[in-house]
Amino acid sequence: MKKNKKGKKSDPAVSGLIDITRKKFRWSDYLAEKVIKGVAFLSITIVALIFIFVFRESLPIFKTEKAPVKTEATAETQETYGEVTDKPAAADVQETYGEVTDQSNNQAKVDSTSTSKADDSYTVSAGSGFDDNQSALKSLLTKEWVPVSEKPRYGILALIIGTFKVTIISMLFAAPLAILAALYTASFASRRMKEIIKPTIELLAGFPSVVIGFFALMVLASFLQNVFHYDTRLNAFVGGIAMGIAAIPIIFTITEDALTAVPKTFNEASLALGASKWQTAFFVILPAATPGIFAAVLLGIGRVFGETMIALMATGNAAQMGLNPFESVRTLAATIGAEMAEVVFGDTHYNVLFLIGSLLFIFTFILNAVAEFYVKGKLMKRIQGK
Amino acid sequence: MIKSFKNNIKGILIEGLTLSSALLIIAIIVVMITVIVVGGKDQISWEFLTSFPEDGMTKGGIFPAIYGTALLVIIMSVVAVPFGTITAIYLTEYAKEHSIIAKTIRFAVRTLAVIPSIIYGLFGLGFFIKFVGTTMDNTFLGGQLKWGQPNILWASLTMALLTLPVVIVSVEEALKTVPNDLRAASLALGATKWQTIWKVVLPGSISGIMTGTILAVSRGAGEVAPILFTGVAYYVATLPASFSDQFMVLGYHIYVMTTQSANVDQTLPIQFGTTLVLLMLTFILNISAIILRYRIRKKKTT
Amino acid sequence: MAVEKIYTENMFLHYGTKLALNNISIKIPEKKVTAFIGPSGCGKSTFLRSLNRMNDLIDGVKIEGNIFIDNINIYDKNIDVVTLRKKVGMVFQKSNPFAKSIYENVAYGPRINGIKDKNQLNEIVETTLKNAAIWDEVKDRMGDSALGLSGGQQQRLCIARTLAVNPEIVLMDEPASALDPLSTSKIEELIVQLKENYTIVIVTHNMQQAARISDNTAFFYLGELIEYDKTKKIFTNPEKKQTEDYITGRFG
Repeated sequence: MKKNKKGKKSDPAVSGLIDITRKKFRWSDYLAEKVIKGVAFLSITIVALIFIFVFRESLPIFKTEKAPVKTEATAETQETYGEVTDKPAAADVQETYGEVTDQSNNQAKVDSTSTSKADDSYTVSAGSGFDDNQSALKSLLTKEWVPVSEKPRYGILALIIGTFKVTIISMLFAAPLAILAALYTASFASRRMKEIIKPTIELLAGFPSVVIGFFALMVLASFLQNVFHYDTRLNAFVGGIAMGIAAIPIIFTITEDALTAVPKTFNEASLALGASKWQTAFFVILPAATPGIFAAVLLGIGRVFGETMIALMATGNAAQMGLNPFESVRTLAATIGAEMAEVVFGDTHYNVLFLIGSLLFIFTFILNAVAEFYVKGKLMKRIQGK
Repeated sequence: MIKSFKNNIKGILIEGLTLSSALLIIAIIVVMITVIVVGGKDQISWEFLTSFPEDGMTKGGIFPAIYGTALLVIIMSVVAVPFGTITAIYLTEYAKEHSIIAKTIRFAVRTLAVIPSIIYGLFGLGFFIKFVGTTMDNTFLGGQLKWGQPNILWASLTMALLTLPVVIVSVEEALKTVPNDLRAASLALGATKWQTIWKVVLPGSISGIMTGTILAVSRGAGEVAPILFTGVAYYVATLPASFSDQFMVLGYHIYVMTTQSANVDQTLPIQFGTTLVLLMLTFILNISAIILRYRIRKKKTT
Repeated sequence: MAVEKIYTENMFLHYGTKLALNNISIKIPEKKVTAFIGPSGCGKSTFLRSLNRMNDLIDGVKIEGNIFIDNINIYDKNIDVVTLRKKVGMVFQKSNPFAKSIYENVAYGPRINGIKDKNQLNEIVETTLKNAAIWDEVKDRMGDSALGLSGGQQQRLCIARTLAVNPEIVLMDEPASALDPLSTSKIEELIVQLKENYTIVIVTHNMQQAARISDNTAFFYLGELIEYDKTKKIFTNPEKKQTEDYITGRFG
């Protein structure tokens, strides 16, 4: 409704009556609101979907009845990844990653079961799928991860131990470094230093994990081997240090935020009482920021727990049970990453990998929830003095 | 006097300790960069960047990996940026700050942000490929296998989910820098809520949207785990031409070349070269985002 | 003969459980300047914002009673609030021009109303900038960012922006409190001119300002309307003691 805007005033009573007493329905506003609300809800939907679909693919192992026998069907219906199949449309598309070999480790113990050869997955797929689900469930807590063989065993204990070894090593390396560095930045550093340190570490946050893995594989592994003189070049130690490097930015940033979030009044009160800068930093600020630092480390752990590429490149990829940090390991995430591409859809192996994924998901979810609720609760209580 | 001297020593030690930690971290970063630059700088040439690999990756260039990476992030951004921006708009403009719905969405976003990237890969496989893809095949192609397998479409969508939280957080930050009295001024002039958002708030948040996009692109270009089994391949003879094609990317190329190539010595220079290219790419993107974010924060305080 | 433009009787406003406006009854005449005075936090701005329903934007605000503009109850559920705000404009305490050019700031309102014709827009912009007594200062830099203007200029720009949607009533919430004396007097001059065509309601901290420019004055204290009368009477011979105490500076 276009009103005459040339400054001529129409009778206010009449125009007022027409204008404001009828509630106007505005299409664009209505649509905009509906679309925006709908899209926003998507984020909740996505989390739910991830939850559902990752869990869904791992459920078959819990079914007690026999899974249907899979016969070796023709090439078209066969679904293996990384295989050179006779796909009707793309005959010239070649995928060479079926011919995967364990070239990454020069270790003495080469565990040939960690990456399967192309042929194996063919024969196994014919055999797997019948009563494997039951035995798979039983074998989950055993010590041997041998998914590709005559009698597949899905013992994830070795994988769990491997993951823990790497995580602990990474945190022992990264947490002190990052927390101390954050303490320096928050309490001692001059403005100039801050402007150098913070962006540099933020830059590290942008490094793709492949690049860190590459660095670990090429340079770090040899360096550490020369310093510590152990036998296997790629092991939990190397992987742990590399993952620690990847986790430093997270721990640093959140710790630094926690330290600077401590109310300035604490700082002032302490200094006014005659404490020095370092005493204030160490005995007042640091303790006050403890919940935040705790959260930082938790999130660092979460990051490392789920890290795949660095694990694939630097840990040696051998599922072993020992506690020696200088032997090769296989992490949960790396297992998924290495084996999913060559697994048959619907196979027991496939289901177990999804189960591992579900475990990772639950673990990081809980970690995040604890970090959030605990930190918020404790932090709020501390600052409010309860 | 002695006590304060001891105190001073303690102080110096602690300050020294924390400073060394910071310096050590920076040293590690510098070493990493140097090693990669030194090892790869000789490889970088126009030819390297624009030609295809030859002879089992021992010669030639990495163009298809660059192309695939670019295509992947473009499709990913087309999906992630609008969805992320709209979600951020909802959180700042429509939802009440402390309402249950806002808290739930924020919690969902933070959860998405910490899920390991490999899980996104599993989701891409279990949902996009095996559910959506096979349903599409069954409905439209009578069961013929076309969409129920890894390709660039599913890989890009998977990556879009991964980077969604990054976009949301950046855009939200930018939206919040628009002062509330501008919104009040617009509404007081008789504009509707949507008009206010479209004409006043969004134009004021463009830099934040750009920052979010750049950060998402940087992540999408470097992450490998989500695409391991949703579409990437080590060698594809032709560039991806349709959504159902497979593709190469820089990150995956590095991974396979360094762990599984038959001729490590010969491919070593190419490994370094590719890594250097990927690193430079993410560098440039991240630095641009940092500068943009710095400008946004400065605007907020003036 | 003054016409009642705005009329309210027994109006109450709650912020959650807190009573902010207590039994306000007032009749504001057309095309005059009415000033609301009183100490800080006494509800003057709150009441002002109720007149264009900007209080709707705040959570937990509850209004009882009715406010009539041109005999129409603006709190009726059929009222289109968006259109109401075109009829009742507002100038804020702190000037808030958009991060756009001077031209675009003023053209914002008309554009929202669907005016696309370049010539029409140009005319509206020029007219309102002239009415806001700022045309001469900005006519050569219409494309420059509005944020480059001084505080006083920005406020006059905001007034022009408000006039551009052709309202009948202009509400002003302490429009000159953030400005230097020179800008303040320019704005006061402006207000006196504007009342020829618009009904002005102005909230001000500055009693002398109210005495200078307004025709009627309302004294608010602790959410109540203590006294309302012609300005001359309020300032020379108020009825209530509280009013007198405030005027003479015994509290403030």
